Amino acid sequence: MTLSRGLRAFLTAVTALGMAVIYIPLLLVLVNSFNTSQSFAWPPEGLTLRWWRAAARSSGAKEALQVSVEVALLATLIALVLGTMCAMALTRYSFFGRNSISLLVILPIALPGIVTGIALNNAFRTIFGWELGFLTIVVAHATFCIVTVFNNVQARLRRVGTTLEEASADLGAGALTTFRLVTFPMLRSALLAGGLLSFGLSFDEIIVTTFTAGTEQQTLPIWIFANLFRPNQTPVVNVVAAALVLFSIVPIYLAQRLSGGTEEMMTAR
Amino acid sequence: MSNRQGVRAGLLLTPPMLWLGVAYLGALAALFITAFWGQNDFTGKVEHEFTLDNFRDLFTVPVYRTITIRTLLIAVFVTAVDAVLAFPIALYMAKFASPRVRRLLVIAVLMPLWASYLVKAYSWRAMLSASGPLAWLGWTPGYGKVGLILTLAYMWLPYMVLPIYAGLERLPNALVEASADLGASAAHTLRRVVVPMAFPAIVAGSIFTFSLTMGDYIAVQIVGGPYQLLGNVVYDNIGAANNLPFAAAYATVPVVVMLGYLALVKRTGALENL
Repeated sequence: MTLSRGLRAFLTAVTALGMAVIYIPLLLVLVNSFNTSQSFAWPPEGLTLRWWRAAARSSGAKEALQVSVEVALLATLIALVLGTMCAMALTRYSFFGRNSISLLVILPIALPGIVTGIALNNAFRTIFGWELGFLTIVVAHATFCIVTVFNNVQARLRRVGTTLEEASADLGAGALTTFRLVTFPMLRSALLAGGLLSFGLSFDEIIVTTFTAGTEQQTLPIWIFANLFRPNQTPVVNVVAAALVLFSIVPIYLAQRLSGGTEEMMTAR
Repeated sequence: MSNRQGVRAGLLLTPPMLWLGVAYLGALAALFITAFWGQNDFTGKVEHEFTLDNFRDLFTVPVYRTITIRTLLIAVFVTAVDAVLAFPIALYMAKFASPRVRRLLVIAVLMPLWASYLVKAYSWRAMLSASGPLAWLGWTPGYGKVGLILTLAYMWLPYMVLPIYAGLERLPNALVEASADLGASAAHTLRRVVVPMAFPAIVAGSIFTFSLTMGDYIAVQIVGGPYQLLGNVVYDNIGAANNLPFAAAYATVPVVVMLGYLALVKRTGALENL
């Protein structure tokens, strides 16, 4: 589009500024984790690895990390199974109510997190009578991780089409065999992408988790939130936050490479 | 659909539907019902009798009215800041950037989305602190209303950039060139051609920023200082006050507002842009 030089220069400047604004706070967290000052005075007087060493020794952080990883793995597994089943049903078959089910899958992520949080909290405690703990966290996370897998698998199924599956059926393969030998290999990278996104989503989640985690188990974000206002823990919290910034970049980059396009990434969130 | 296909679809759908349809929807319904229950003042236990007291308190008690309006205003500010910031970026990405730069920019905008919400709020806590970089540059908004608007606008910015980018990408260049051929200046073309056509996309983005701000209760605690939003009240009522019926009633406010907003924007065609 050719409008004018001035406009182009202006837009380039604003975009550059916008990118700076987006990444400066994250870089600040990274730099501050090396800041010698405990109250994060800016500019930093010196750089030190002290806080990183302290964080590596912190048992609370390490336990929370372990819980987070376990929850994310389990929730992703459930989401992979349920999301794939849902995507296959909705893409390959047409039936009454298909759009409503589509909407239902998106609902956990579309509703304000706090509503999902207190709804699940209420359901777990009063209706099912469960204690809040590891399993309730997993259930909550799986519920909204389903949509990330669903979107990826649906996009892939649409892109790939039915011809190969039909050919397989024509050659005499049953439904399960077709799935195992034809459909699943085609879905593999979409599943991996969806799984990575789901893992990232579960790992970072806090809005719903505060309502579905008991007092015993802490995921990493909950640990951060609990220690955020304690002055002694501030540097360690900052290191954990910096580590999270670094580690969230990796899954997304991988997922983007795998799904082979930015379309699926954009619809996944 | 043939019978066997029907059975297969049914089998595929049953586990996810049990999980989402029965469990999740059921939980939402139960929550909604709870909003109509009362709480015994003495024992603090929930009483299972129908009462509209919770909803009445929402409208009559001044504190809750203030907080609701305040939350709505903050949502409007955040949406405005994001729209103003996102539009030029999205325009550059959609129409002026080369394909390679465009792909990089899309990834660059998307990446912070997946960085933890908590880390982003925390980063702004550091930015706004009395010894942080903003103070060093001479600006001290501190923790409060302004800081909160900045932080929330920062966190939801990708949600605004992406729909506008998608909408602008679909804008045919021919229209813009025709406008230039007819003698319009760049500013004029923007104002009369581009922005009106991108408007549904902007509204689509605003759905996210609005909805996310209305339900927020964590960023408020981190950078809002003593400030309280709707989300805080709900959060507090679940924890210490243990007044689930009232929390449930108050939580329906953002849902109702968003449903109303969605109904309103449906006519602008924004929903096609989601």
